[in-house]
Parts: sequence; C-alpha cells; structure tokens
Amino acid sequence: MAVRISMKVNGKPASAEVEERTLLVTFLRETLRLTGTHVGCDTAQCGACTVHMNGRAVKSCSMVAMQAEGADILTIEGVAKADGTLHPMQAAFKEHHGLQCGFCTPGMVMNAIDFAKGNANPSEQQIREALDGNLCRCTGYHNIVKAIAAGAKAMAAGS
Amino acid sequence: MGEALIGARIQRKEDYRFLTGAGQYTDDVTLPGQTHAAFVRSPHAHARIKSIDISKAKAAEGVLAVYTGDDVAAAKLGGLPCGWLITDVNGQPMKEPPHPVLAQGKVRYVGDQVALVVAETQAQARDAAELVEVDYETLPAVVDAMKARAKGAPALHEIAPDNTCYVWAIGDKGAVDAAFAKAAHVTKLEFVNNRLIPNAIEPRAANGSFSRADDSYTLYVANQNPHVERLLMTAFVMGLPEHKVRVVAGDVGGGFGSKIYLYGEDVAVTWAAKQLNRPVKWTADRSESYVSDAHGRDHQTVAELALDKDGKFLAMRVKTTANLGAYLSTFASCVPTILYATLLAGQYTTPLIHCEVTSVFTNTAPVDAYRGAGRPEATYVVERLVETAAREMKIDPAEIRRRNFIRTFPYQTPVALLYDIGNYDATLDAAIKMADVAGYASRKEESARRGKLRGLGYAAYIEACGIAPSAVAGSLGARAGLFEAGEIRVHPTGSVTVFTGSHAHGQGHETTFAQVVADRLGMAIENVDIVHGDTSKVLFGMGTYGSRSIAVGGTAIMKALDKIIAKGKKIAAHLMEAAETDVEYDRGVYTVKGTDKKKMFGEVAFAAYVPHNYPHDKLEPGLNENAFYDPSNFTFPAGSYVCEVEVDPDTGTTKIERFTAVDDFGKIINPMIVDGQVHGGLAQGIGQALTEGCSYDDASGQLVTGSFMDYCIPRADDLPSFQVDTRETPCTHNPLGVKGCGEAGAIGAPAALMNAITDALGVKDLPMPATPQTVWRALQNRKAA
Repeated sequence: MAVRISMKVNGKPASAEVEERTLLVTFLRETLRLTGTHVGCDTAQCGACTVHMNGRAVKSCSMVAMQAEGADILTIEGVAKADGTLHPMQAAFKEHHGLQCGFCTPGMVMNAIDFAKGNANPSEQQIREALDGNLCRCTGYHNIVKAIAAGAKAMAAGS
Repeated sequence: MGEALIGARIQRKEDYRFLTGAGQYTDDVTLPGQTHAAFVRSPHAHARIKSIDISKAKAAEGVLAVYTGDDVAAAKLGGLPCGWLITDVNGQPMKEPPHPVLAQGKVRYVGDQVALVVAETQAQARDAAELVEVDYETLPAVVDAMKARAKGAPALHEIAPDNTCYVWAIGDKGAVDAAFAKAAHVTKLEFVNNRLIPNAIEPRAANGSFSRADDSYTLYVANQNPHVERLLMTAFVMGLPEHKVRVVAGDVGGGFGSKIYLYGEDVAVTWAAKQLNRPVKWTADRSESYVSDAHGRDHQTVAELALDKDGKFLAMRVKTTANLGAYLSTFASCVPTILYATLLAGQYTTPLIHCEVTSVFTNTAPVDAYRGAGRPEATYVVERLVETAAREMKIDPAEIRRRNFIRTFPYQTPVALLYDIGNYDATLDAAIKMADVAGYASRKEESARRGKLRGLGYAAYIEACGIAPSAVAGSLGARAGLFEAGEIRVHPTGSVTVFTGSHAHGQGHETTFAQVVADRLGMAIENVDIVHGDTSKVLFGMGTYGSRSIAVGGTAIMKALDKIIAKGKKIAAHLMEAAETDVEYDRGVYTVKGTDKKKMFGEVAFAAYVPHNYPHDKLEPGLNENAFYDPSNFTFPAGSYVCEVEVDPDTGTTKIERFTAVDDFGKIINPMIVDGQVHGGLAQGIGQALTEGCSYDDASGQLVTGSFMDYCIPRADDLPSFQVDTRETPCTHNPLGVKGCGEAGAIGAPAALMNAITDALGVKDLPMPATPQTVWRALQNRKAA
C-alpha cells in the first residue's frame, strides 16, 4: 500500500507517495535522487547509509521512510555551506587523506559529525570505538581516526 | 615555472566530490526508462536443474521479463572466458569447463546464477525472483580442494572428472631434492592460506542499455578495467563489434581485485537491455556479494626450506593445492602459478626452488586475484619458513635474513624473475629502528609481569608489479597484452586533459597522475585533469590491478608527454626563429641555448591551435598525442615489516601493539597517497591473519560466513595506528623510477603478524585467522603437551 510521507531533507520540504516498506535510504536515493547516501550491506553493519535525523546519526537502511515522518533529515549533500565551502569535518577528511574510494565516506562523515558534537577533544581509542558501526575497506582507518580528531577540534573551535 | 610537484603531499583532487556526496557510482546512475534486475541464485552447492517454472514470476506486478539458461543458450551467448592458459606438467592445456552466463542444466556453487528477473522497480524484481520455482535434484558437493581430488569425490565438470584443472610446476626438482639430502637443517611447515572474501564496500553493480538508433550498447559497471571488460564481453561472449559497446566504470567504490573480472551478471543485463529495449540495472546486496564475488587465496601448502649449518638457504621445496572454486574466473589460473611460485625466492639468494601447484575445482564461488594475488601466499610461505628456521636454529630472525639477502643487481632468481634493483638491508634496518626492536626485551618483561605474552615477528616481502612485459606474459600463457595507453590533450589556452587506461577506485590517480603531468609541464595541478574509466573517452586500457598503474599507466603518460614536448620544441623553434637543436625545454619553458629567448609552454600550445605563425610545411596544427607503453620488466617493490603483539592467555585475544612497515616503492609521487595505500593494505593483511576466514560447510556446501556479522573485516578498534616509512631505490627501467605500492601491505602483513603470534605463544604454527578461540586452543594444547 502506498502512503504519503513528508519530512524536511537538507532544509527543504520533501514529500512523496511511497510503498509502506520503502526504506529511508531508498526514499533518499531513488525518490529524491540524493545518491550521496550509500548502501554497502544489508545487515546494518557498514554505516555507508548514515544520515542525521533530528541531529542524530541514524542508519537510513534500518528504518522505513515512514518513521522519518515530520523529521529533519540531513544527508551528506546538505553538510557543506551553501557556497560550497566544506564543513570542518569534511575538510579534515580531505586534509588528512581520510578517504580513498569514497564509498564509505558520506556515512563516516555523518557519524563523525554527530560524534564530534559531544566530543570536542576525543582520544584515539574513543574515536576507534565510535567507528564501531562504520566499515572502511580502503584506509585501514588510520587516517580516518586522524581526520576525526582534527575535525572535532575544528568544529569545537568554530562553534 | 611551477613548484616541484613530484614528491609533494598534495591533497586529492577527487575528494571534494566524494566528501559532498557528488560521486557517481554505478548504482547512482539512473537512465530514462530504467528497469531493475534481480538474479535467482542456487541455494544448493551442487544440483541438477530438473525444471524451472517462471510462470508465477512472469505474472507478478511490474515484471517485464524472466530469463533462464535456455534463453541465453538460444541467444548463443558464449561462456565467460579465462584470460590465462596454464599448461599442465604433461604438456596439456588446463581444463577449461564452460562458465555459462546463466546455469545450463546444473548449478555448481551456492549463489550460481539460475535466472534473471527484470521489473519496473528493484523491490518488484526481488519479489518476483522469489516466485521462480526451480526443481533441483541435489548432488553431493565438495568444498575442500584436497577432498575434491580424492577418489570418489563428486565431479563438477565432465571434462575434469578428477576436478583437477592442471598440475603445474616450476624449478629443477632433481637438483632441489639433492640439495635437501645434503642439508644441515630442514624446516618444514604445512599450512592453509585462508580463503578470503574481498568485500569492497561498494557492492558490484551493472546497468546495461541499448540504443536502437545506432545499434549500440552502453554498460555502466563497477569494474577495474573497462576496456578488458568490453573486449572479453564483445569478442568472447556476445559476438558484438567492440565499437558498438561502450563500457563506463566511473566512480568505483573499491575493488581489491574483485572487480577485475567479467561476471555473468554484467553480460546478462547488457543482453537483456536489448531484448527489452530499456536499460536494466542490477546492484548486488551484500549477501549476494558474499556468495557471488570472486574470492581470494585458499591454498593448502607443504613447504620446506633446506639450510646449511650457518643458516644459509640451500633450497626450497613447495607443494600447493589451490582451490579455484566452481568455474575458472577471468585470471584464476595464473594467480596460484605465475603470480605465486615466481615469488618464492623472496629477498633471498636461495639457489634452488621447486614448486608444484595443483589447481582444483570445488563447489564454491570462483577464486581469483584478491589484493596481492599469489604474492601474499608466496610471502607467507617464504617468511613463515625463514622465521621458523631461525627459531629452530637459534639464529636471530633479522640476522638469518641478512645472511641470505640478495645484494647484487640485476639478480636472476631460480624462478624466472629478474630483479632489477633493491636494497633489502636498508628497509630491514630502518624497520628495526622504527619498531624499537632494541627495547623489545624490556617490553616483553613488562608484559610478562602483567601475565601477558608478547611476541615479535618479521616479514621481508618482495612483489612483482607493473604487470607485465606482454611478450613474457604471452609466453607464460596470457591471452592478452599487458601494456597501458595514455593520451595528452593540450587545449588551446594551455590547460591539459589526460586520458589514461589505468583505472582508479580509491588510489587517487586523478591527483597522482596530474602531479606527474603538471610537474613536467611546469603548470599548476589545477590545469590538469585526468579522465579514466570510459571506453568512449579513453583510447584503450588494460586497467588497474597488480599495483601497475603508475609504473605502466604513468609511463604511458610520460611517453605521450615526450611527444607533446618534442612537437612543442619544433613550434617553439619556429616562433623563436632558432634551430630546433638549439632549443631546450625545462618544466614549461622553451629556451634557446646561449640566448635570453624563451617561449612558455602555453604560448606554444596557443600557436598550435591558432597557427598564424606556424611551420605548416613541417607540422600539423594541434597538440594532442598518445602513447602505448609495454614495460621491459616487472617492477620489484620490497620491504620489511615488524609486528609486535600482546596476547592475553586467559582470553586468547591478540592486541597489535606496534606495526611498522618500511617499504621501497622506488620514486614516490605523492607520499600522502602512498602512506594511505600501505595503511589499507596492512589492514587487509591483518584482517587475513587475525579476523577474516571464509568458511563453507563441508557437508552442505553452504557459505557459513555470508555477512559482515559472520565474516569479520577489521573494524577501527581491531587495528592499531601504523608506523610507516619508505626507502627509495628507483626502478631502473621506467622513466619515473616508480614501482607500485597498492598491494604491499596485504602481502607482508600476514606473515609478520603470524610470526609475532607464534613467537608470543611459543608454538611452531597456528592457522589463520588467529581468532581468540584459535589462540586460546593453541595455548591449551601447549599446556597439555
């Protein structure tokens, strides 16, 4: 059965008729064509689909779109400033070579931003533990960890 | 003149799009009229297909078509080809059973494609795939390569009743046996090199379309070598002219080997697109990736090293049984032979080596190259043997390596390769210093005080990269050339677009290659763009695998640059009214010897496109050149890794305390990117040794490790931060002096880690992955013994 859903995505209202079983990630990718949010697994392990719902990182593959009814969704496409300037966390990933193929990157960045909001000066171990739900096969996490440490500091300095 | 760009830590040009969600991976491409595909896959490891009833699926909502093996047979689609012919010890060609696009009468592994369902949406296609009713007669299955060779084992293919694809050997067996008979010491190990599942985070995907307007196909596909994909698909499977097929592999989310190959799904969606006259897209879910991507490794090996009383290596004898899976994947046959046994000399002067490899079909997913491809397996053999021999003979493991290092180059190994250059002492010495081996003893004591077991292990690896001199590869059975192509298009106002046959899926070529070109042309890197991954744009390409891109693809670009600069010299000579022989070029500036006359590269480019004052009698206008480069030898990256672990004897948990890697990749273009490649390789190598192991159930042939919850790729808190550094001996036979860096970490890490864990436990050997359970059991067994 089709249902009508409405939410705010990257600051703009988004509304569509979708099948009840439509996942949030499918709504974002297929209906809204926001393809920066990726799907890397089917068991909620890899975190490539991570977006923010009402300011908190969630895995958009693990909830149906209906659950986001009325919510404020932020995807990777909405993270940089309107003029294209990268968010401090995005800039830190670039600066520290925290990405290679780029496929896990949107999810990493979304999770990292949420994590850094509550951890302005995280230890390496805290960062590694915070990445429990995000898999990367390219970087060995070494530079992702460095990027998140630097990004968290930059976010704290900027706020 | 710009600043020197070669050797600079320049941030990546590709990052902005990846960081803002603007990457375009295959599944991100949606074409007008897009349809979606799902594959019906075999739930059995081995079964005869008695019948397939597609009626319910065909009638389901949104379904456009259901195709089975009968349809592809009627369409005369050929089987998937193998790109490397291995000749048996008896002089016979390897057995090449048919590898159909959709199963023909029989399925041979869990995940084998049986039918293709196309529907308006992905959900409809997947729902309808559930409605395809296949009546199977199950057959006994065999998943273990040794068991598949046993008498009475179920045979997968008619042409190989003993499941043996080939028995292949290299080296002088008689001389090796004689050396063993005289040896003061022999070290022997028997082990399994565990089967791995590559797991690029982007699952495989393919989106085929057809245009009746010009009778042409376009395939968007997550692939590492689009021209090879096209060549194999058109010439060997679909019988299409190449110029009517465009293959686009844009942004690709990691490959690690698994996206080199031509897969049946790629062919099926391309073919179906013409039948339906609509684009057909298929994207694997992770569960599908686990069962259907080509796997890696899976060797069972008996290895022996003969030494004299001083620890000098006299000979090596290796016998390996390699599991190829159910069918021959694109390069499956060369991985456990040409890419494996030829590396068994390692960094050492071992004068005599014999290796025999038996490659076997089993009811498992096809096995092919995975990061390192043969070379990690070889390094594991050599470095586990060397470390074990050192322990048995009570020689320091670094010292036994030094006693055997090759120090004179070029060096001809007994297993076909000719090393051009290296300095193995330099990397070993640097690694020992960086790892603070001097302080190890006190750290071990400190661990012991806390009831923990500390261990130290080395691995000194070598790899052969830059594959390959085509003539050599051809003489060894390759059915393709292995050169690379590049094209430089200089635009009228002096900026440059470079087209390369190499393919980046995380390696950062858009930056590294631009550094090379911008440096030579003396321009800002922003003025150089790299284009790859589209057969309609790039003239040709053999693609990226085997750490070949900068050594072969980069050299092709350098050759094209030579032509650009040479033509520019003629134009500059004309503009400056000088003899061409008097004109000199250095990073963007043409000068006339002994004068202050000069012309900038941009002025020369402009003259080539606005040829008002131009040597029309001698030169064509324009500035666009291409080059093909076929290397004269492999390159030989090498390095030394030192791993220090602490094992908790109560839980069997291994913690990597330090991991130090010092590599010699020759000249380095972008150290930031090189470090990143090493980190990623190390993570995969550590994964193999510590957490990853593909497992099939022996009786049923079901894949037991079929998700991220059962097959553990390393997470951030499984890994340490790494200590990496490099030493440089420039490659002698390419103009950049480069060797390649993509696989090193995955090649050297497993042996270093297992050497460290066995040292900590005081055991001779331990199977990979060294999970807490495996380690704990080994400790209990040692206590009991």
